[in-house]
Amino acid sequence: MDEPLNLVLFSGTDDKLQAAAVLTAGAAALGKPVNIFLQYWALDAFRATKIGRDHGLAPEAGPAGRAAVDALTRAGQASWADTLRQAKDLGGVDIQACSLSMDLLHLESLDLDPLVDGVEGVTAFYLNAGDGQVVFI
Amino acid sequence: MPVVEITQTVDARGLSCPLPIVRTAQAARTLPSGAVIELIATDAGSIKDVAAWCKATGNELIDQSSDGAVYRFVIRRK
Repeated sequence: MDEPLNLVLFSGTDDKLQAAAVLTAGAAALGKPVNIFLQYWALDAFRATKIGRDHGLAPEAGPAGRAAVDALTRAGQASWADTLRQAKDLGGVDIQACSLSMDLLHLESLDLDPLVDGVEGVTAFYLNAGDGQVVFI
Repeated sequence: MPVVEITQTVDARGLSCPLPIVRTAQAARTLPSGAVIELIATDAGSIKDVAAWCKATGNELIDQSSDGAVYRFVIRRK
C-alpha cells in the first residue's frame, strides 16, 4: 500500500475526470499516496474559471451516456472537483500541472483552481512516482 | 452481543462510491483508537468496500446489517 498511485490525466471531459477522481478518493481512503499530473485538456479543465463548468463527455458516451450521467448528477452525485477536494482533505494527494501544458495553454499558476498544488516537469513526476504504477486517463 | 456505544455516525445515504468510504476515513482521522463509527450507506458497493477498507487499514468491522437498500456498518477504530 505504500507505493503511490500515479495518475496522468490527459482528457478533460467530465466522465474521465470523474473516473480519475473516484480512483483518487478510493486510494486516499486507504492511505495510499496519489500523485496526479495534469496534461493538455485535463489541465484546461482545472482553470479556476472553468472547473465548475460542463466539460462534456467522451465521444463514446453518446446521447444515452449523456442521459445516464445527467441522471446521476440530478440524484446528487458529487462533481469530480468536489470528490477530489474530499480526497485531498484526507491527505496524501498531490496535484501538479505539467509545465509543457502550462506553456501550451498560456497558463500561469494563478489561473488554476486551488486544487492544483504546483507546476512540475515530467522528470519530477517520475521521481515522485517511484515504483508505483502510472495510469494514463 | 454486548451493546456497543457509537462514538460517531456517518450518514452517507445517497452518496455514490467512493464517498461513503471517504467520509468514514475522514471520521476515523479525527477519532481516537477504540472509537466506534456507525456508517449508514445506500451504495451497494459499500458492502465489499467497507470490508476491504477495514482489512487494509486495520480497523475492525464489528457489525453489519441491511434494511432493504440501506446498509449499516459498525467499525471500531484501530
